Amino acid sequence: MSIRLGAIIAGLGIVGILFFWSLLPGAINYAPPEKPDYYAFKEKPIAPEGGFSFEGPFGKWDNAQLQRGYQVYKEVCAACHGLKFVAFRNLSELGYSEAEVQAEAANWTVPGIDPNTGETTTRPGKPTDQFPSPFANDVAAAAANNNAIPPDLSLMTKARKDGTNYLYSLLSGYGEPDPEIAATVPEFETPAGLYFNKYFSNVNIAMAPPIVIDGQVTYADGTEATVNQMSADVAAFLTWTAEPTLVKRKQTGWPVLGFLLFATILAYLSKKQIWAGLKPKKK
Amino acid sequence: MSFAWAKPYEPQTGFTKWIDEKLPLPRLVYNAVGAGYPVPRNLNYMWNFGVLAGFCLMIQIVTGVILAMHYAANTEVAFATTEHIMRNVNSGWLMRYAHANGASFFFIVIYLHIFRGLFYSSYKAPREMIWLLGVVIFLLMMATAFMGYVLPWGQMSFWGAKVITGLFGAIPLVGESLQVWLVGGFAPDNAALNRFFSLHFLLPFVIAGVVILHIWALHIPGSSNPTGIEVKQESDTVPFHPYYTAKDGFGLGIFLLAFTFMVFFLPNMLGHPDNYIEANPLSTPALIVPEWYFLPFYAILRAFTDDLTIPFTGIVLIQAKLLGVIAMFGSILLWFFLPWLDKSPVRSGHYRPMFKKFFWFGFIPCMIALFIAGGAPAEQPYVLLSQIATAYYFLHFLVILPIVSQIEVPKPLPYSITESVLGSDDAAPGKTASSGAKGADDIGSLQPAE
Amino acid sequence: MADANEANEGVRRRDFIHVAALSTAGVGAAASALPLVSQMAPSADVLAESTTDVDVSAIEAGQSIKTVFRKQPLFVKRLTPEEIAEANEVDVADLRDQESLTDRLGEGNEDILVTMGVCTHLGCVPLGAAEGENKGEYGGYFCPCHGSHYDTAGRIRKGPAPTNLVVPDFAFTSESVIRVG
Repeated sequence: MSIRLGAIIAGLGIVGILFFWSLLPGAINYAPPEKPDYYAFKEKPIAPEGGFSFEGPFGKWDNAQLQRGYQVYKEVCAACHGLKFVAFRNLSELGYSEAEVQAEAANWTVPGIDPNTGETTTRPGKPTDQFPSPFANDVAAAAANNNAIPPDLSLMTKARKDGTNYLYSLLSGYGEPDPEIAATVPEFETPAGLYFNKYFSNVNIAMAPPIVIDGQVTYADGTEATVNQMSADVAAFLTWTAEPTLVKRKQTGWPVLGFLLFATILAYLSKKQIWAGLKPKKK
Repeated sequence: MSFAWAKPYEPQTGFTKWIDEKLPLPRLVYNAVGAGYPVPRNLNYMWNFGVLAGFCLMIQIVTGVILAMHYAANTEVAFATTEHIMRNVNSGWLMRYAHANGASFFFIVIYLHIFRGLFYSSYKAPREMIWLLGVVIFLLMMATAFMGYVLPWGQMSFWGAKVITGLFGAIPLVGESLQVWLVGGFAPDNAALNRFFSLHFLLPFVIAGVVILHIWALHIPGSSNPTGIEVKQESDTVPFHPYYTAKDGFGLGIFLLAFTFMVFFLPNMLGHPDNYIEANPLSTPALIVPEWYFLPFYAILRAFTDDLTIPFTGIVLIQAKLLGVIAMFGSILLWFFLPWLDKSPVRSGHYRPMFKKFFWFGFIPCMIALFIAGGAPAEQPYVLLSQIATAYYFLHFLVILPIVSQIEVPKPLPYSITESVLGSDDAAPGKTASSGAKGADDIGSLQPAE
Repeated sequence: MADANEANEGVRRRDFIHVAALSTAGVGAAASALPLVSQMAPSADVLAESTTDVDVSAIEAGQSIKTVFRKQPLFVKRLTPEEIAEANEVDVADLRDQESLTDRLGEGNEDILVTMGVCTHLGCVPLGAAEGENKGEYGGYFCPCHGSHYDTAGRIRKGPAPTNLVVPDFAFTSESVIRVG
């Protein structure tokens, strides 16, 4: 009895504290949550027309698109963003031959050590090298970019909710604030040095629009390089860099699930058989 | 095992006899999960989760030991070695996804196991020790899971570590020194990461040890069952093998289907995108949330927003932060007292009309509310929701359960498990009219088919 | 009779289900062991580290350099005319591991001897690559662990090692650079 009496007192005590010191004042002073004014502009990411080939349970990489995306990364993004978890050798998964990978790697300059003096220097990349980061360190990156450090892109599509579509929307979604909405939040403004983008977390992003005009990149395969096309391609490429095993994972999943379904049905039949002798006759 | 009709282990061959004399391990297994363990014949599928939890522990230990072969616990490289596992190690992505989702599934299974125990009052005498050991396992699991989540050294890892170790700072007098001691520095860094790795590797084996005690304690009184009445006679039970091995095998199949579906098709659904950003002590993520399985307790922690003061004086008795910490730990520690809070002689919720109402319309919605509030930002109306749910949580266990167990009129119980299954039991004294005459051939049909 | 047959049929089918269920579980367990085992094999980044470029222009006759190939020591040595002559004097048929100097140098290579710096006995690093080290009784390399003597062509001549020092695949990518691997 004593434990229970103590418990009842303790329980009422905890509830009393909550009630009188938080719940009651909270309920009395309840005010609907106040959202910052940029919430009015924010939009959920959209998918490009036709979606992406690797989506869905049977998705596959579109190597042509990944190669185009790589080209966009190389010619546009790489100036500020690294790809440090990806090695040049990984490019062979995009359908490049070994010789092409070698040549591609050699196009990049990576940090190295002079074999004679031991001083840091640069050298052409080898397939085993990781993609180099454009800045020596975060301090240099911040200094060169108005204090906003351009993040490494290796994992970007996994590091954002609905990452692939987010990236596509962000890259193709720069523009002016909707004047109608802007009229409802007169205080809102985009500070100097930032750019309005309705898909960014607080709609004011430090990155200048990277993909600005159609034809900014001349695709080797002749695809028309519209802003949307380039954005979709690079989003696809960065999905691959974030998870190169994505397609393999799904492809492994099906036989595993199929096998388990088969095994589970057998287990059910076996269980049913064993219990059959025990079941009472229904009356 | 305590039942007189438990089938004794009889080694058949010379070799098994020889083993049995030297090390009676086969005998132990036979009596624990073999034909030598009589189990109530009426267990429903809620009784599958004990075995499944053991299986989850095994998945975690196997995949965890493998991940430890490739991982390095150093803040400089922890994130990179995790990516190395995902990209370069053969099947490394599979190991990591299985381990990460395995933790989630472990908690799903454990929560169902605990809810089953709460509904059927599995904590009541003579099974208090099983329950107490179970709570110990749960606490160890929480510690293990928390430290494991820190290891990839992503943003959520770091900030989770910082927030949770910060809780200890709330303890009066020693709090701050305790916090500094826990992380081996002024903020989580190499020292913390390394000790978390070491303990994360150690604790699962401690859990395995307590699991053995848990099962040992289970075999003293034997398994509980959905009617909550004790086993009276041989016809109330069936041997664990083959009946429950087969049933658990089927349950395992269903579990694995769900588990592999998550691993292969939605491996990041239960995770958080921010943990794919390397830890940055200079930038806090917009919304710090723990893994989903901690959300209810996180909600209780955050429910206390105001200091406890003497009214109209402004003298602070207990700070809100400390109140939250006490309530969070208290919410689990009170489970230790459950066997003595709920003294109703009836175990199963099926025969307790009042308890049943509070369970389904009070406790379960309260837990759901805590899950929702714990994952939401600290703004209205979620703060209010978490406070109401927290208040109910403590009311339920500390006030409602003791009072209900006093005043409730339970429904009549069946005479025996056999009667509850078959509708009649020959052994019952003064058989009721409805159950007369039919019993005889039912008992006969209890024998296994072969 | 018919009844008995039917009963037998039934028994067999029941057994079949249990056997099938158990063997499926066994197959599943074995299959899931595969990735658990294969994860210990070299990872993709290790397998990719397969070639090393060595600049041989600065090596003078009689000198060797030690470098690293696939995380193991690699000896690159420019032989003197005397060493070449000494190596060529030996009757290949008398050797434990029968290779001539030209076999080991490869086509179009006069004097650059490329060998692994790993004794074929138990894997120690032989001496003789650096100035002033014991070159063994045959003027090449000498393994101090168990006393294997290699001649100027890196061939085993005395001691417990079973084969000559391994010559990895290599090719000249230019006048002065060889690519090993």
